[in-house]
Amino acid sequence: MADQIALEVTRYHPERDREPGLQTYEVPLRPEWVVLDALNYVKDKVDGSLSFRWSCRMGICGSCGMMVNGEPKLTCAAFLSDYAPGPIRVEPLKHFAVIRDLIVDITDFLHKLSKAKPWLIRKEEKPLAEGEYLQTPEQLDTFKQFSMCINCLLCYAACPVYGMDPLFSGPAAIALAQRYNMDSRDQGSGERLDILSHSDGIWGCTFVGECTKVCPKNVDPAGAIQQYKLTAAKEWVKSLLLPWGAK
Amino acid sequence: MKPVAGYVPYPPRAFRTRVSTYWWLTSWPYLRFILREFSSVFVAWFVVLTLWQIASLIRGPAAYAGFLEWLRSPFLVALNAVSFLFVVFHAVTWFNLAPKAMAIRMGGKRAPALLITAPNYVAWLAVSAALAWIVLGE
Repeated sequence: MADQIALEVTRYHPERDREPGLQTYEVPLRPEWVVLDALNYVKDKVDGSLSFRWSCRMGICGSCGMMVNGEPKLTCAAFLSDYAPGPIRVEPLKHFAVIRDLIVDITDFLHKLSKAKPWLIRKEEKPLAEGEYLQTPEQLDTFKQFSMCINCLLCYAACPVYGMDPLFSGPAAIALAQRYNMDSRDQGSGERLDILSHSDGIWGCTFVGECTKVCPKNVDPAGAIQQYKLTAAKEWVKSLLLPWGAK
Repeated sequence: MKPVAGYVPYPPRAFRTRVSTYWWLTSWPYLRFILREFSSVFVAWFVVLTLWQIASLIRGPAAYAGFLEWLRSPFLVALNAVSFLFVVFHAVTWFNLAPKAMAIRMGGKRAPALLITAPNYVAWLAVSAALAWIVLGE
């Protein structure tokens, strides 16, 4: 095994460059190193101006998502040795505007996430003295998978619908809305229905299914969206048959 | 102000790449997805063909014989062979995706995917066998 591997990294300086370009760095190929380690090596030893997001190094924070050889990956979980002999191409996440080097602008996602109301909504909060809202392990199990989302946005980079229609709410925002819809303590599914059952919401999804494949936490956003399509269709039929019924 | 997609209130000059028209040729899963969606055209063609068949049946024996003769032309045989493959692909992908949309819980756990796909395939086989028996059994 060669002891070096080439890293082709996207560089973009917003005040200098008209468009992003690639720069190649030779980094040590160590069996325990992931792509993020290699980027940190470049930043520490070779070129301190290289910019990228990262925090936890262990698949929890969701900040280090990038395109590795064209596939959306958490760079903290992409081992260099899996790409040997290289070169490894590291690019910013697809479908997002690049601010600098490997950093993308995620403002659009944050807007969409807050619109999906990913928090517990109660019609009436019970007084603190009555204690917490209880939940059985079975009830927890219905939504636990969707609650594992770390907002790493790999699913948005894998979704061609989001790439072509930036108004689409996208996989993670819908999966997280569904996480709260299915929570036994939540009463806000009616409020989320109008936002989700929309041409920019679940009906924008054509079920490519790649979001689920690239998800590092096995959230299955594609499943969440299809399940919600079924729920929304049932709600629509109900509203047709019982127009006087409350939501 | 109404939010506009891609608009950032205080923008650093960000670089945005346009998705290529040929994005679906960049990977096999994308191409498979497009083929799956495209298969709907052939499903529609079979529906039109069936309606056509019924219409010529109503118009009498001569019209129906003409219809059958038309079906035997090489172009239609080829078209229908390709359509059949696409319709089978359509059905298989549909049944395989069904468990994703149906989160059925049994005994406190989510039912395995096979429990949803298997009855679909069995029903498909049963209906196909029944139709084959009616058409070929005479």
